Amino acid sequence: MFGVTRNAAGVLVGESVASGLMPEQPSPLRAPAGGGALIEARDLRKSFGDFVAVDGISFSIERGEVFGFLGPNGAGKTSTMRMVACASPPTGGVLRVLDMDAATEGPAIRARLGVVPQEDNLDTELSVLDNLLVYGRYFGLERGLLRRRAEELLAFAQLTDRARDRVDPLSGGMKRRLTIARALINQPDVVLLDEPTTGLDPQARHALWERLYALKRDGVTLVITTHYMDEAEQLCDRLVVMDGGCIVDEGSPRQLIERHVRREVVELRFLVEADKAAAAVLVESLSDHVEVLADRLLLAADDGDATAAAVHAAGVRADAVLVRRASLEDVFLRLTGRTLED
Amino acid sequence: MAAPAALAAPMRVVEHEWLMTRRLWQGVVFSMFVSPLLMLGAMGLGLGGLVDDGAGVGGTSYLEFVAPGLLAATLVQAAVADSLWPIMAGTTWLRTFHAMVATPLRPRDVQRGLVLWQVMRSSAIASVFLVVAAVLGGISSPWGVLALPAAVLGAVACAAPVAAFAATRETDVSFSLLMRLGVTPVFFFSGVFFPVGELPDALERLIVLSPLFHAVELCRAAASGTASVALVGHVAVLGALLVAGLRWGERTFERRLGV
Amino acid sequence: MWRPGRLVERNALVARRSPALFLAGFAEPVLLLLSIGFGVGGLVEELEHRGSTVPYAEFVAPGLLVVAAMTATAMDVSFTFFIKLKYLKTYDAVMATPLGGRDVAVGELTWSLLRIAVYSTAFLLTMVAFGLVHSWWALGALPVALAVSFAFGGAGLAATTYMRSWVDFDKVWLVLIPQFLFSGVFFPLDRYPGWAATIVRCLPLHQGVEAARQLVLGQPTWAILGHVAYLAIMGAVGLRIASRRIDRLLAP
Repeated sequence: MFGVTRNAAGVLVGESVASGLMPEQPSPLRAPAGGGALIEARDLRKSFGDFVAVDGISFSIERGEVFGFLGPNGAGKTSTMRMVACASPPTGGVLRVLDMDAATEGPAIRARLGVVPQEDNLDTELSVLDNLLVYGRYFGLERGLLRRRAEELLAFAQLTDRARDRVDPLSGGMKRRLTIARALINQPDVVLLDEPTTGLDPQARHALWERLYALKRDGVTLVITTHYMDEAEQLCDRLVVMDGGCIVDEGSPRQLIERHVRREVVELRFLVEADKAAAAVLVESLSDHVEVLADRLLLAADDGDATAAAVHAAGVRADAVLVRRASLEDVFLRLTGRTLED
Repeated sequence: MAAPAALAAPMRVVEHEWLMTRRLWQGVVFSMFVSPLLMLGAMGLGLGGLVDDGAGVGGTSYLEFVAPGLLAATLVQAAVADSLWPIMAGTTWLRTFHAMVATPLRPRDVQRGLVLWQVMRSSAIASVFLVVAAVLGGISSPWGVLALPAAVLGAVACAAPVAAFAATRETDVSFSLLMRLGVTPVFFFSGVFFPVGELPDALERLIVLSPLFHAVELCRAAASGTASVALVGHVAVLGALLVAGLRWGERTFERRLGV
Repeated sequence: MWRPGRLVERNALVARRSPALFLAGFAEPVLLLLSIGFGVGGLVEELEHRGSTVPYAEFVAPGLLVVAAMTATAMDVSFTFFIKLKYLKTYDAVMATPLGGRDVAVGELTWSLLRIAVYSTAFLLTMVAFGLVHSWWALGALPVALAVSFAFGGAGLAATTYMRSWVDFDKVWLVLIPQFLFSGVFFPLDRYPGWAATIVRCLPLHQGVEAARQLVLGQPTWAILGHVAYLAIMGAVGLRIASRRIDRLLAP
C-alpha cells in the first residue's frame, strides 16, 4: 500500500516512488514548474439540448493540489469532470488542461490523465491482469515496461493473487481498487476521480483516502467530485461548491467554514412541528443565524455549549440536543438553502 | 376430466409467453414468418427453375419437393432456437422462471407450458407457410393439411430435449456451438434440399438419426398424398424422442427450479 | 501509434479464450457448399453462364465465399458490437484514453476484416480441394471478400449505433437474408423478370457475388472495378457515420 519511505538518496518519498512505480522525483512533480495553472476554465458551459448542466463556471487548479467539486447530485460536477477529462466537448467557454485546449487536443490531453469513473467500467471479457495490460496499450505503452508496471500496480491494489481471474467475481471494493490501479497505468499528471468512495463501506473509504494521500505526496494532482462533506474536508486543499450548474463559492474547507458559518452548531431536534415552531421564536435572539429544517433547528454559535445552556435557560425543551463543529454541510446549507443529500 | 385440469397450470405459462411475444412481435416477425417464405420462394421457384431444367427430382417439381422439407426444417430450427436462449433467460439472466415457481406453479408446469407454447407457435408458423406454399403450387394433395401436425411433431420432438438440456446450463456458450455444429448440418443434409439418396452411402445410413429427416419424410408424404408403412416408423421415432425429451426435461427443470 | 490497432489487440486477447467459436464460424459456408453446391448440384448438373457451361457447384461456390464474408462481418458489427456497446460497456473505459470514436469503429472493423481474411482463405482452399477452381484469377476473390466485409462492416457499425434494443435486430436479418437468397448466389439473374434483375444489380451483396464469380471462373471483366468501388464507398461512408455516432453516444 502507499506509504512513505526513503529512497536511495535518503530523501523522504512515497513508497510508490521508491518501488519504481512513480518517477524518481520527490514531490512535487513531473513537468517543469511553469507559470499558469494546470487546469483552467473560463465561463465553461455544457448543455444537453435545452437542459443546462454547467452554466458558465470558471476555476483554476494548481499543480500538486487536491481539488474538489462539492455539491449534491445534479449540480453539474460529473459534467464538469467529463469536460476536463475530454470525454465530453464543452458547449461554450474556454477549458485548458495541461496547457492544451480541451476542445481540440483531446487525445493528447487524455494521454496524460488518469480517470476513475463513478461506476466501474472494467472489461469483463478480460482477466484482472489483462485489464491493466490492455488499458496500458491504449496509451501506447511499450509491452515490457507495461508488464512491470502492471505487476506493481496489482501489488498496490492487493490483487496479485487474482491476476488471472475474471473481473465479474471480484467484490465491489476490489473492483474499485482495480479501477484506480488502472487509472495509474500511464503515470498520469492528473487523476480525476468521480465520487470515489460512493458505495464503499467505511473501512474501504478510509483505505482509499489513504491511497489518495499517498498519491498527493508523490506530486500527482487530484481532482475529485464528491457529495460527502467529510471526504471534501479530509482530502481537499481547495474546493468549489456547485449547485444547479453554477459555482456558489470556492476556497479551502477551512476558509469556507470561517466565511459562512460560525465555529460550532447546536442542533435541536423536535418530533412535533408545533414545538419546533415555538422554539424557533424563543431562540431567535440566542444566535445570529438559525436554520429551520424539517425536523431540526440549527443554531450557529462560537461556543456551542454556552449557547445550548442558554437555550435550556430560555425554557426550550428539545427531544434531542447536539453540539458539534460546523461542517461543509452547514456551509452548503447556508449558501443554497438545501442540504447536500437532497 | 383429468386432461384439461392438468393443462390449466401450464396454460398460464403459455399465457405469459403469448403476452411477451405480443409486446415484442416486431423483433421476430421477420425471422419467424417472412424469412421461411422468402426461402420457399428463392429455393422453390428460383433454384427450382434450374433443377427442373436439369435432372429434376423424380417426377415432381422441385417446388413440390422442397416446400414440405422447408416447412419441417424451419419449424425445427425455430423451435430449437426458442428452446435455448429463452430458457437461459428464464433460468439465469432474468430468472423469470424462478418468479413463476414462487407462485403455485411447479417446475413441471413451467416445462410443460413451454412445450405447449412451442406447439402453438409452430402451428401458427406452419399454417401461414402451408397456405403460401399451396398458393404457389407446392402442395399437390389435400392430405397436405396433415403436414401441419407432422411438422409440429418434429418441432416439439426436437424442442423438448433441447429445452431439457438448456435448463442444465449456466452460460450460453454451448448454445452457439449446438446451433452451428448440430442444427445447421442437420438442416442441410436431412433431405430438405436434395433427396438423401444423393448422399454418400455412409452418411445415408446415419440419416435416420436425424429427427428432421423423419419430419421431412412425413411432411412430404402428406403433401404428395402418398402413404406407406415407413410413415409409422417416422411417427414412432419422433414420438419416442418427444416422450424422452419431456421426461428428461421434467427432471432438469425440477433440479434447476425446485426448492 | 496506430490507435485502432490497440482495440484489435484487445479483441485478439479475448478471442484466444474461445477458439471453438472462431472455428465454428467456418463450418457453415462449407456445409452450404456441400449441401447446395454438391447435393442440389447433383440435381442441376450444369448450367449456362456467360456463354460457357459450368457445373453447379462451381457456379455456387464463389457466391458462398462472399456470403460467408458478409454474414460473419454482419454478426461482428451488429450483435457483438451492440452487446459491447450497450451491455458490456466495453468502450466506456476506452474513451477515457487517447482513443476516440473513430478508433473504436476502425478497430472493430479491422478485427472483423482479419477474421474474414482467415475464413475466406480457408474457404478458397476448400474450394480448390473440391476441384472447383481452375484459374489463378480466383485469388482475386480474396480481396473481393474483404471488400464485401468492409462494406457490410462499415454500414453495419453505423446501423448498430442507431439501435435501441435487441428488438431492432430482426432488421439485420431483413437486410441479410433477402440478399442471401436473391442476389444471384444460387441461380443466375436471367431467371428474373427485367425489373427484378435491375433491383438485384443494385444490391451490395450482388456486387461481391458478381465480382467473385467472374474471378473464380476465370472470366474477369472491367466491371469488377466498379463493383469493388461500390463496396469501398459503402464501407467508407458507413465508417464515417459510425465514428461520429460513437462519439456522440459515449462522449455526449
